Amino acid sequence: MAAFAPDLPAREIARCVRAGDLRAADVVESAFARIDATEPQVRAYLAKDREWAFARAGLVDDRVRGGKPVGPLAGVPVAVKDNICVDTMPCTAASRILEGWTPPYRATVVDRLLEADAIIIGKTNLDEFAMGSSTENSGYFPTRNPWDPSRVPGGSSGGSAAAVAAGSASVALGSDTGGSIRQPASLCGVVGMKPTYGLVSRFGLLAFASSLDQIGPLARDVDDAALVLEAIAGHDPLDSTSLPAAARKPLNGAAADGDGLPAGLRVGVPREYLEASVDEGVRRAVAAALDALRALGATTVDVSLPHTAYGIATYYILATAEASSNLARYDGVHYGRRAPGARDIVDLYSRSRGEGFGAEVKRRIFLGTFVLSSGYYDAYYLKGQRVRALIRDDFEKAFARCDVIAGPTSPVTAFRLGERTADPLKMYAADVFTVAQPLAGIPAISVPCGLADGLPVGLQLAGPPLADSLLLRVARAYESARGRFPGPPS
Amino acid sequence: MKIDAALVDHLAALSRLALDAAEKARLAAELGAILEAVEKVNELDLEGVEPMVFPVPIENVFREDEPRGFCLERERALEGAPERTAEGFRVPRVLSEGA
Amino acid sequence: MSGATDHEVVVGVEVHAQLATRTKLFCGCPTTFGAPPNTQTCPTCLGLPGALPVLNRRALELAVLTALGLGCRVDPRTRFDRKNYYYPDLPKNYQISQLHRNLGVGGFLELGPRGGGKRVSIENVHLEEDAGKLLHDERGPHSVVDLNRAGIPLVEIVSGPDLRSLEEVEDYMETLRSTLLYLGVSEGKMEEGDLRFEASISLRPRGATALGARVEIKNLNSMKHVLGALRHEVGRQAAILRAGGAVPRETRLYDEATGETARMRSKEEAHDYRYFPEPDLAPVALDESWLAGLRASLPELPRARAARFAATYGLPEYDAGVLTADRALADYFEETAAAAGDAKAASNWIMNDVLALLSSGRVPLADHARRVPPSRLADLIGLVRDGAITHTAARQQVFPEMARTGEAPAAVVASKDLAVQSDRDALAAVVERVLAENPKAVDDWRKGKPLKAVQGFLTGQVMKATGGKASPAVAADLIAGALEKRRA
Repeated sequence: MAAFAPDLPAREIARCVRAGDLRAADVVESAFARIDATEPQVRAYLAKDREWAFARAGLVDDRVRGGKPVGPLAGVPVAVKDNICVDTMPCTAASRILEGWTPPYRATVVDRLLEADAIIIGKTNLDEFAMGSSTENSGYFPTRNPWDPSRVPGGSSGGSAAAVAAGSASVALGSDTGGSIRQPASLCGVVGMKPTYGLVSRFGLLAFASSLDQIGPLARDVDDAALVLEAIAGHDPLDSTSLPAAARKPLNGAAADGDGLPAGLRVGVPREYLEASVDEGVRRAVAAALDALRALGATTVDVSLPHTAYGIATYYILATAEASSNLARYDGVHYGRRAPGARDIVDLYSRSRGEGFGAEVKRRIFLGTFVLSSGYYDAYYLKGQRVRALIRDDFEKAFARCDVIAGPTSPVTAFRLGERTADPLKMYAADVFTVAQPLAGIPAISVPCGLADGLPVGLQLAGPPLADSLLLRVARAYESARGRFPGPPS
Repeated sequence: MKIDAALVDHLAALSRLALDAAEKARLAAELGAILEAVEKVNELDLEGVEPMVFPVPIENVFREDEPRGFCLERERALEGAPERTAEGFRVPRVLSEGA
Repeated sequence: MSGATDHEVVVGVEVHAQLATRTKLFCGCPTTFGAPPNTQTCPTCLGLPGALPVLNRRALELAVLTALGLGCRVDPRTRFDRKNYYYPDLPKNYQISQLHRNLGVGGFLELGPRGGGKRVSIENVHLEEDAGKLLHDERGPHSVVDLNRAGIPLVEIVSGPDLRSLEEVEDYMETLRSTLLYLGVSEGKMEEGDLRFEASISLRPRGATALGARVEIKNLNSMKHVLGALRHEVGRQAAILRAGGAVPRETRLYDEATGETARMRSKEEAHDYRYFPEPDLAPVALDESWLAGLRASLPELPRARAARFAATYGLPEYDAGVLTADRALADYFEETAAAAGDAKAASNWIMNDVLALLSSGRVPLADHARRVPPSRLADLIGLVRDGAITHTAARQQVFPEMARTGEAPAAVVASKDLAVQSDRDALAAVVERVLAENPKAVDDWRKGKPLKAVQGFLTGQVMKATGGKASPAVAADLIAGALEKRRA
């Protein structure tokens, strides 16, 4: 058995390492060989750390040899989005303003991965400060979709999605604010999940929009995603928005709600999603997925999310407002890049930020500053908060009539690099199906459901707050029925 | 909503972003288009709708008044500083409050 | 200050008080004063990317106590907001503060006698984090940022524009400080920067109701500076108005060296803080019964206590004010008064001898009270009252020794042999001797000189002869008797 074949699930790796059938060091070796093979084209990584990975792998192997217990992710190569702090590697958020900055501390999720004996192999590329849907906004270079290198992997967690799709990581962590885990998962043909807000700690995640951001897993199948989520989820006293311990139920496999589709599952299909502009190939693939769910015993129910059309506007008001404040700290004073030769402190701030931030980040800071500014707060920000409440209420009412909501993750498959960069609004419009769930705080998962013109299509399932294990269960059942999903060609 | 040069300058100052003329012009145009799109929310009757501030019903999250071991040694705290003295972060002389 | 006779002065004061917590408001860094720069910081108070705040429960409690102690209505759903502005001592370039739902509103503070007992409104009390400090680097055109103070818990207390004179302002600041100490919410150590002030002042024609143009003065680190700045402002503004000009609305800073205020080098645009609700902190929901319990547990506050001292112990207003300025001192007084059964004596001793000792020796009351607890001071008072020692000896010799060594008064009296000689037989012999040595005095008395005068002189001689240890009362009485025997 190859030490690290692209289709060897993470849970299998862990099982084999635990049993002594596989050495963690060999897994890491294979992973880096895979990285070397794929990176020239895919460019998913901003940083890699061979030495640290081998050192940790060695520790895991020592423990196994000594008969000591190892964690549920023992020996599993994990890639971490470069907006999550790992203290042994630089953390740049794919921005020039943080070029070369190494955090003096670790994110809680990273602590938990390490406690689970995972091997963090590198930091993945993203749209700068998680702002974007294609990873083209990275301040360093774009990542390419392993399915077609002329196309984007999606964003903002494009690097993580591409690494998992290319097999240069077994699983990965991403972050999702308006779709940034789910949309790239959809475009790269992998599983990606945004948990219920507060399920996973944000301590150590470079904040974009604090009331929307969540860290979540990307993996090649649902069970692996569940394995990672189980390892990283749970109350964190360092994060005031982290759900209390009692709120959480187990997420992984047998400990979760059970196997197979729950009897009598009602799948809500929002009519607004059916009416939205969606590529034909995407529509067909999602329709086939719904057929598969029905064949498993689910009933589909017509539901309405009347404020769907206002989601993007609301998202771009609230997320940019929070972002404009969260990004104020990048000022060249305490860390990161400082513009040389500043005349005075204001000049230092303005030039460091002007030179360090890319166009999309500046655009969003501008918009966010505007909606919070004196005279406009009520007209934009306050209104946005009210519409947010209506969007949350939409879901609440819908979930009275169904258990999960289904639809396409993205209206399109992977588009070509440069295709949408000229028009920000066009880029924003692609978020139509993924902005509402963070606004409502509810969990959502994207599972590959078919191909359209040879490119992956994702099925999105959303559930009520804390229905994470239900979503995983339904997704798993669908996945089994769907059968094996191909990997990228070559 | 008309985005004029004065507003762009004001926002650039508020957000401490130095922009060249081309960037300013571009941002003015983009901001205008984006605002038009987000103004969509004005179509809705929001009378009586409570603003939603927090996505989850968590309340009263506290920590006890005990020292926690996350205090960094000075060297680590100053590690990332672009310019520093032995004691702290160095910046151009600041004379008055509210830069 | 009411020197601007044609104008009325209107002043409001904002006080930032550091809450008496061990750790910062949103992280576990210590708050101890005087640590070397940047040795009390962590990812959260450094504002590092990815760091998050968690609210210090004790800080919230102390802030609520402050609001309750100042008679405010407490908002049970109080909330934090971000105040966005750029400054190098503010690492996140926003301060977590409160605006839309302040912790407390609508309170008041009653001034002392110097402030005419006036009730000053407290507009709001709210909780916020402190910023760091800028140190000016002497070696060059640089400033150095020290973030030790970043994140320290502050309670901000905003008065209404109710103060009309420097006396009122001074009384307000002192009464407020005293109140905060009584509540135990702040240590009020001025030298450690526990209290910082801002004042706003405007002038208006007497009788007018509209407020004049307001000038804010920031960064006043002591009460003295507040008064100095306001004094200067009154003159400056009055001069402008008298010349027919208008006072510009602006923010100024005080230069203690020149005693003058100067316009702050302000930004082109006025601050637009773009307040919005802090998304990184969970909302607070204060339990009504908990609030009621706290309200019931409030200590008797300085003004109320002073009023009670005046009424119950018959003390003058001034004395009551001095004794209640410090809660521990007020406790010391009451315990002494109770043990001695004599409030007036206790008051005199404390106001004269104890306070003098504390200030000249820079002795904290707590240290002094360990050596001279209220019961011992009461004993000393008793000894004087019973005539066992003279008042002079008590003040000049016994008390200082007690304060120095911690000995009981009886022991000091014995070891210094200060006991008043009251034995009539022993004293009678001395009196006889003194009368024999002073025939002229006896003669004067026979010739009609008033008894009191002769008695006084002869008593003095008896005191001299006994080394000051005779009981003056007994001596005087014996002298009167002995003179009578010599009438013929």
